Amino acid sequence: MTVSIVVVSHSEKIADGVVELAAQMAPDVVILPAGGTDDGRIGTSLEKVLAALEQAGTSGDGTGTTGMGATGTVVLTDLGSAVMTAESALEFLENPAGVLLADAPLVEGLVAAAVAAQGGADVHAVRKAAEAARGAAAQPGPGGADSGTEPVSSAAPDCTGDFELVNQAGMHARPAAKVAGGLASLDAEVTINGVDGASMTGLMTLGAGKGTVLHVEAWGADAERAVEYVGGLVEAGFGEP
Amino acid sequence: MHLDVNWAVKWLTLCAQAMAEHRVELIELDRAIGDSDHGENMDRGFQAVLAKLGESTPETPGAALKMTAMTLMSKVGGAAGPLYGTAFLRAATALGDSAEIDAAALAAALAAARDGIVARGKAESGDKTMVDAWTPAVDAARAAADGGSTNVLGVLVAAAEAAEAGAVSTDPMVARKGRASYLGERSAGHRDPGAVSSALILRAAVGAAA
Repeated sequence: MTVSIVVVSHSEKIADGVVELAAQMAPDVVILPAGGTDDGRIGTSLEKVLAALEQAGTSGDGTGTTGMGATGTVVLTDLGSAVMTAESALEFLENPAGVLLADAPLVEGLVAAAVAAQGGADVHAVRKAAEAARGAAAQPGPGGADSGTEPVSSAAPDCTGDFELVNQAGMHARPAAKVAGGLASLDAEVTINGVDGASMTGLMTLGAGKGTVLHVEAWGADAERAVEYVGGLVEAGFGEP
Repeated sequence: MHLDVNWAVKWLTLCAQAMAEHRVELIELDRAIGDSDHGENMDRGFQAVLAKLGESTPETPGAALKMTAMTLMSKVGGAAGPLYGTAFLRAATALGDSAEIDAAALAAALAAARDGIVARGKAESGDKTMVDAWTPAVDAARAAADGGSTNVLGVLVAAAEAAEAGAVSTDPMVARKGRASYLGERSAGHRDPGAVSSALILRAAVGAAA
């Protein structure tokens, strides 16, 4: 059972397309599109959004048969009035507590959120993953040592580790998704070569290829587990050649 | 005199008439500084409200306004949908299950509607939006109701006149919210379509009570 995600877009095609894209990287996560108006025009529809939220709230077990419900829903939106429609939908919900709106770029944010949800992150961590994609998307080029996405911490890390990438393709989308998804569910602030380890897009901006050494710094209760998690994945080549 | 559900139904019916009659005018206003869909969207939204009223008769003014909120948010499509939807929803909440609306309750419902628009759209007075029609309308309605007047028609007239003056006041403003804000200084010299449709809605409320 994972956190579910609803996508509100002005365009049915955009909503359907981005859901299709994210579903590839998060096959077990319920991701529902609410795009366009009821009659297929450009715009947003409260009814579509409410229907998607309703479905998301009852199909979190992935089968829709047990009625256990998801552990929460994160909503991503595109342009201004999609945000307003999503906010309006929350006013109509009987129990809006488990539904969080993410202020994130739609495509990068959805992929990051879906991956975090796939990794078992809770609803707050899923929203955080989506919103972390904003900084990474805005930041120019690889590097990121000065990026706005790294956790601000002047204290020495509770745990560190250095791991060399051994797989041919290095830190591309799937490995970044695995790393970010797993870290999002841990109680730790993690940086990898200076970028937020829970941000899939942040990790991808590192442009780290085979042979690159990843320097992992972690703060918090799960710091040690976080470093071990990253180290385990990297040393296993993410299960890739 | 009190307003009741018959007034609410007539108000919504007159809103639909007004949007149909002013559809082209609203399209033209929106073409100048927006994406020219406001007239189309408002007409479609209120025609859908009309259809809903044909299916079932609401029992209270609040129920009529809540149905309108839901319908506008689902059928309008553009930003006006959630903005007017929230306005009607908050007004419905303010009215609760009351069968009759007196002057004070009316002024409070109008204020709740305006507050909903502000909360949803984050616009302030002077931004060249529907808030520039609603805020003077709410102030005028409160002044009329606070005078101890039990005359709901007087409150409605005060609100409508202030909203119409408020819409005119958007002419020289430079837009700071919505699609029109992309035009910057070039948005000055045009009337805000949302302020105009707001004034039409409040004028329809007078017609329904007269």
